[in-house]
Amino acid sequence: MQVSESMTAMEPRGGLGVAIAATVRRDLILMLRRRSEIINPLVFFALVITLFPLGISPDPDLLATIAPGLLWVAALLATLLSLDSLFRADFDDGCLEQLLLAPQPLPAMVLAKVAVHWLLTGLPLALMAPVLGLMLSLPTGSYLMLAASLALGSASLSLIGAIGAALTVGLSRGGVLLSLLVLPLYIPVLIFGAGAVQAAILGDGGMAHLAILGALLATALMLAPWAIAAALRISING
Amino acid sequence: MWAFIHKLGSPKWFYDISERLQPWFWAAAALLILVGSVWGLAFAPADYQQGNSFRIIYVHVPAAFLAQSIFVGLAVAALVFMVWKIKVADMAAAVMAPLGAAMTFIALFSGSVWGVPTWGTWWMWDARLTSMLILLFLYFGVIALRGAFASRDSGSRAASVLAMVGVINIPIIKYSVDWWYTLHQPASFTITSRPSMPVEMWWPLLLMVLGFYSFFIALTLMRTRSEILRRESNKRWVRDLVREDG
Repeated sequence: MQVSESMTAMEPRGGLGVAIAATVRRDLILMLRRRSEIINPLVFFALVITLFPLGISPDPDLLATIAPGLLWVAALLATLLSLDSLFRADFDDGCLEQLLLAPQPLPAMVLAKVAVHWLLTGLPLALMAPVLGLMLSLPTGSYLMLAASLALGSASLSLIGAIGAALTVGLSRGGVLLSLLVLPLYIPVLIFGAGAVQAAILGDGGMAHLAILGALLATALMLAPWAIAAALRISING
Repeated sequence: MWAFIHKLGSPKWFYDISERLQPWFWAAAALLILVGSVWGLAFAPADYQQGNSFRIIYVHVPAAFLAQSIFVGLAVAALVFMVWKIKVADMAAAVMAPLGAAMTFIALFSGSVWGVPTWGTWWMWDARLTSMLILLFLYFGVIALRGAFASRDSGSRAASVLAMVGVINIPIIKYSVDWWYTLHQPASFTITSRPSMPVEMWWPLLLMVLGFYSFFIALTLMRTRSEILRRESNKRWVRDLVREDG
């Protein structure tokens, strides 16, 4: 940040923790007041899952074999759909510029925003997935793993997706471009997420997959905030 | 060392030095590809399992090598541009991305054609083909992002960030796709463990790989030079150059 020495006198009291808590609180309030943004991805998720039996076959055996992949792909697309609004409103009303000018490190503030996004998108999707799994006659014994893999995996999806959202927030029609940028990067998470559910169905528990999902999340947590911060700076200045 | 790097960063110096280097790389590319393809297509022995259809390897493997190397080159250029603000690096990155996408497409297409005699189908969700397809999408993303911005500088920096994010993800994607493939590997169709390649097949392949690299370097130099002229068209040395040529 190019904040000069004279500016530090105006720095509000309290350190990084206060700033992060304030950002989390603000984003939570804003999201909870625009409930449609929380509900829309969930409705989208349910709707996409409804399309598959209609398009393929209502045969429970067939649906059960493809259910883990379908649920994961649909949840992934629902996350993608919610990404565009991650920075959009803040970009339009100028809050994003204030966040960039704040004396606190931008990667930490961005991480707070992404955490709220996961809490209100990824986590509800993970909680809803078992119900949709029931409709696709997902074999018993894999429901807990479905929810756990989605909860863990969608955190990575939020982090990686936020890079794409930050890169395209300055563009007026960034929607299709965002999916082109983000979907290839989602592939490892999809492979291990759907793999975890498959493994649970086959009976070996899927903990190994969950561990790899955790490793992916750790890597994303380490690297993504810096990429998001750099991308936001480009989008604001450009 | 630093003086050299600073010189390399100057578009004018790069323009002059690349003019002298370019013919050598073109000559090397023409010679290596000519010798390699004649040797590989006409003189190398046929594979005992695949017959003559294996000869597509002489296009497929060099293209696949280049497709991956160019993305690494793209990310290195992006890093140099972002850290040291060297404009020539970004110009090189801008011309490398479409070239890399083309090489990825060639690798995919030749792999698909190769699939007909060996697998009996145009497309298989083979681990390497799948990784290549994802690489192609990554290239498309970088190219599209660069073009999406109204200001060229923003587009350059955004594409640089994406190239660096992509290059970190490529090994992760590659290993996860390999892992996915070993789980879902179909029983039929696969080529049983191929014997290691005999020397007579390997030499022309090496020549072709080197030839493709020379071709890539020559073409990148040439296209970077025209990109320099386009972006620096209001600089005095470019105007002088144009005036000299008439």
